[in-house]
Amino acid sequence: MNFWHAVGAIVWKDIRAEARTKDIFSSMFVFALLSVIVFNFAFQLRVADMKSVVPGMLWVAISFAGTLGLNRAFVIEMDKGSLAGLLLAPMDRAAIYFGKTLGNLLFMLIVEAVLLPLIMIFFNLSLFSVPHLLVLLLGTIGFAVVGTIFSAIAVNTRARDVLLPILLFPVLVPVLVSGANMTGMLLDGYGFRDILGNLQFVLFYDLVFAVLAYLTFDFVVEE
Amino acid sequence: MAADAVLRQREDVSNGSPAGEAGDPPPMIELRKVTKAFGRKMVLRGIDLNVAVGESLVIFGPNGAGKTTLIRILAGLSRPTGGTLRVGGLNMATHSDGIRGHLGVVSHAPLLYDSLTGEENLRFFASLYGLANPEARIMSMLEQVGLVQRRKDLVRTYSRGMVQRLAIARAVLHDPEVLLLDEPDTGLDPQAAEMLHDLLARLGRESDRTIITITHSLERGLSTADRVALLVNGRIAFLADAQGLGPQEFRPLYDQYVGGGR
Amino acid sequence: MQRSEQTLTTLTVIAGLAVLVAAYLALVVAPPALGPSGQNLGPDLTAAQRIIYFHVPSAWVSMLAFAVTMVASIGYLRTGNQRWDIAALSSAEIGIAFTIAVLGSGSVWAKPAWNTWWTWDPRLTTYTIVFLLYVSYFMLRGSMDDPARRARFAAVYGIFAFVSVPITFFSIRWWRTIHPVLFDAQNFGLSSGMKPVFFYCLATFTLLYMVFLLHRMRLEETREEVEELKEQLGY
Repeated sequence: MNFWHAVGAIVWKDIRAEARTKDIFSSMFVFALLSVIVFNFAFQLRVADMKSVVPGMLWVAISFAGTLGLNRAFVIEMDKGSLAGLLLAPMDRAAIYFGKTLGNLLFMLIVEAVLLPLIMIFFNLSLFSVPHLLVLLLGTIGFAVVGTIFSAIAVNTRARDVLLPILLFPVLVPVLVSGANMTGMLLDGYGFRDILGNLQFVLFYDLVFAVLAYLTFDFVVEE
Repeated sequence: MAADAVLRQREDVSNGSPAGEAGDPPPMIELRKVTKAFGRKMVLRGIDLNVAVGESLVIFGPNGAGKTTLIRILAGLSRPTGGTLRVGGLNMATHSDGIRGHLGVVSHAPLLYDSLTGEENLRFFASLYGLANPEARIMSMLEQVGLVQRRKDLVRTYSRGMVQRLAIARAVLHDPEVLLLDEPDTGLDPQAAEMLHDLLARLGRESDRTIITITHSLERGLSTADRVALLVNGRIAFLADAQGLGPQEFRPLYDQYVGGGR
Repeated sequence: MQRSEQTLTTLTVIAGLAVLVAAYLALVVAPPALGPSGQNLGPDLTAAQRIIYFHVPSAWVSMLAFAVTMVASIGYLRTGNQRWDIAALSSAEIGIAFTIAVLGSGSVWAKPAWNTWWTWDPRLTTYTIVFLLYVSYFMLRGSMDDPARRARFAAVYGIFAFVSVPITFFSIRWWRTIHPVLFDAQNFGLSSGMKPVFFYCLATFTLLYMVFLLHRMRLEETREEVEELKEQLGY
């Protein structure tokens, strides 16, 4: 059956279900907010210019919240056994991967959209420029692309939730480093041209791992 | 005695090669030397079985015999360690994506989404199966399983019986040629179970579906089956026509094959 | 069976001897390194610099082992043959050992060289990430019981992990051009006197890796056999 049709159906289903319970979104958002506040206290007394810690703090908050969201997205499928329902459908199993990834991406972007204004208010900084939104988008895509398949792996292990960050963060380093770097550069007044190279690099990361995930997802869900 | 004669006749059939002589129409499902191991643990030790088009096969067996594993392999959810599975002439190993569109599965886990309504669940699966006229089909299914009233309620609010009925609707939504049922009446009170069985019988008979059922209820199973199989310790210990085979005849057979040691 | 055992024993002996020779060459024979403009480095640094004969080959083996794990992972996914999984696992074990060696020797070198136990230059940082990737690989394996699934998941992760390494290296290097770190770990060129010793050590370490790998694989295969026998006997 039509691949992208199935992907769309899965995304729509996840949005629908989430819109009702708001489980994932609320826990992600609260966690991100708490991270930001905790970091604020952690650095306030020692750092003269809070602007210098904002990039790292932003990306760490996104990572932690993102990991939380990723976990819950797949746990829900596993617990009710509904993943089997998806596996039974006559489509390429990769459609499940893309559907879940897009869903996760969407949730994360929504959390970021709510987080950014708050950071603006807390630190009196603007992170809303178009270049920065692009940075966030590509970085979050990288996060979702790798995080989704790793959460599909982690959810099948004994350690479950605990394992996902362990698997994910070392592989995610390029995204975090580049993301924090670009956020910092933009805050320091650099322009789009200055970050273009770095941006392309993150795009490259996204593509490489999306392809890799597409090729290996079957092995993760089959039994 | 009657029981002995029955036994001898059964053994003749079960000792022969998988049912089907030359000249019969090709079977819907063919299992050849199918094995499944989980690590070092052998769960299925060589299954050879043919199921004809429109046939209703009921599989009995003690827990741990490998029944669910077999159904999972038939459904394309699990890959056999060895052997081949053909459905409608196509090899499951290479044509899994396509074959699955012709299978419907009801298991004891509902495979449904709690936070969606009954209707939304069906709509979702209709999308996945690429149905042409989803709304009409969904309504028709809801009517057949008697859930039209509750279709806009979240599945979370359904009773176990209702959940299973919706699961059946989901399984038959795309009008599959093959229906796989893995103890669908688990956790249902006798009344709900009865309703379920009637529903399944009705849906099964129409469109000449091939049905494979795993169940623990001897009476129900034997009455609806064309053929009966007994799966013990990963092997088909017994396979015979269900005609004239009632619980009284079957019980001693069951005990014999299952009770007697490894 | 006997012949391959003999080969392995021979190889092991050769490797052992080669390592002894390498130690001698590195510590005694190799000429002392000079600074970038040809100056003398002082006794501490000159001695410490000899770590290069250990540090860099270890890094090479660590990467090689990781690459082998990835290739074996691909092999496993394509064929389902358990030998590939055993190769992946064995190579990863050896790799993590050599990675620790890289980090340790890097640290030991850094102290006399720059008076700091650690430097976040791209190479060492990348190797720290490599170490973490290895650890994650083993944690993943450790948290799964079903052997087939464990092999499959580990294989998928092994591929992702290795692919991420060059990307990580470049991202950190990029970051560094914006925030330059004061020290660069490999500031010492190899003079013509040092080169032969260096390459000999490189070859020795590679041989050592292969010997370790073969031994480890053999150990794992034997363990599998024992488990099967136990299963057959009904334990």
